[in-house]
Amino acid sequence: MDDVRVCLSRRDVLIASAASATVNAAGAANRETAMSSPDSPAALSRVTLEVNGKAQTVDVDTRMTLLDLLREQLKLTGTKKGCDHGQCGACTVLLDGRRINSCLMLAVMAPGAQVTTIEGLGEPGRLHPMQAAFVAKDGYQCGYCTPGQICSAVGMLDELQRGMPSHVTPDLAVKPLLSAEELRERMSGNLCRCGAYSNIAEAITLVAGGAA
Amino acid sequence: MKAFTFERARTPAEAAAAVAQRPDARFIAGGTNLLDLMKLQIEAPTHLVDVNALVLDRIEETRDGGLRIGALVRNSDLAADAAVKRDYPVLSRALLSGASGQLRNRATTAGNLLQRTRCPYFYDTAQPCNKRQPGSGCSAIGGVTRALAVIGASPACIATHPSDMAVAMRVLDAQVETVTPDGQTRRIPMADFHKLPGDTPHVEHALTHGELITSVLLPAPVAGVHVYRKVRDRASYAFALVSVGAIVRPDGSGHVAFGGLAPKPWRVEAAEASLGKGAKAFAAQAFAGARPTHDNAFKLLLAERTLAGVLQSVKAA
Repeated sequence: MDDVRVCLSRRDVLIASAASATVNAAGAANRETAMSSPDSPAALSRVTLEVNGKAQTVDVDTRMTLLDLLREQLKLTGTKKGCDHGQCGACTVLLDGRRINSCLMLAVMAPGAQVTTIEGLGEPGRLHPMQAAFVAKDGYQCGYCTPGQICSAVGMLDELQRGMPSHVTPDLAVKPLLSAEELRERMSGNLCRCGAYSNIAEAITLVAGGAA
Repeated sequence: MKAFTFERARTPAEAAAAVAQRPDARFIAGGTNLLDLMKLQIEAPTHLVDVNALVLDRIEETRDGGLRIGALVRNSDLAADAAVKRDYPVLSRALLSGASGQLRNRATTAGNLLQRTRCPYFYDTAQPCNKRQPGSGCSAIGGVTRALAVIGASPACIATHPSDMAVAMRVLDAQVETVTPDGQTRRIPMADFHKLPGDTPHVEHALTHGELITSVLLPAPVAGVHVYRKVRDRASYAFALVSVGAIVRPDGSGHVAFGGLAPKPWRVEAAEASLGKGAKAFAAQAFAGARPTHDNAFKLLLAERTLAGVLQSVKAA
């Protein structure tokens, strides 16, 4: 038994435990449904959407969030589940180019949507400038919030480019520029429990400066 | 999350009829509040009607010089709209002070009006709550009340309405336009849209089951300096302890509504005649009948001082 454990990588163990957790969760959900409302069993629905440029047709439980679809069914585990309640930003992806919390969207609400995850922004060897900047500036410690931070930062800079104001924009009539204050306000939906904020801010500033 | 069936509506009337048919059906648009509550089983609809495909995502000028804001206009788009920024900046400012960039990209105009309270006892399913379970009691009364209502509450509920946008809509005298399940349209003034709890705190607004908000109408722009000032425990991404939405004219007259104090945006039109006399005189009238707890009495003074700051900033401008 010990020998087998030694052979497993940390990732293998995580995948195995995630799979059993999924089975357990599904079992619990079915039991609960059966007990509480016997006349409303789990409903399935077919959805076609585009994820990282690739068309995907999936059958999902109506309760499945976009986040769980990405992670559990499409195996795009770069997008992280933090709070699962729209409070931490770890699940941030781009939906039709705009940043959203994928934990607060149902997969069945996404037919025809174009979703970009951290895997779709870039991969080793051809990193997105924001990914490269996070590496260059050491914009993380544990890395769990990083995919959400990066997707959010890409969406945020696009919002700025389009002239969208923020809470700290001094004059609504003037196109906002990226300042330290604007950056912090606009990224407030992404929490980093390690507190790597100063390096995250430097990474985003590096990309924004390069784009200007 | 409890199991539910799902359909996508093609017209507002179809959506309204679909929800009206089932007592446990709900509309879903942005989902940023409803899905959160469904995960906690505070909301447990058996059927969802997705209204995102409806053509209610436009902002148009009305014939009387106002604006018609589609129910599905996302909070970030409404805040960034050129006409809103120019003519109704109190609305842009209120929207931008709420939630996060990600949430504002999904949250809709109608959904923002209908969002539920963030009272911690409403969220704690292990404890009684008259909003969640009518008749079960209010755990907040006698509990931790620092963030809860100081006025307009009742012995059955002391929850506040969490929306910043609704405060701006109230000070702007907006009207909510709906379609009813039988296909009729009606308009509800913001003053009448949200209900005080009384002994039925689960009844939060004037809509009937299946009635769908199609747009929010703003009257022609009101002259004056528009200000939205929000005071909260963090600099960003937090609900208001107190907020002030105000439109103030150079002579000191104007309109004021408060957030964070009450179960609905708190505006006392009768007090507005005394606005020129300053925040203290105004607050004495606007907050008459307030029943704060020991822990949230600070909100009344904070609201008065926030208004004083707003009036001072307008004078200085």
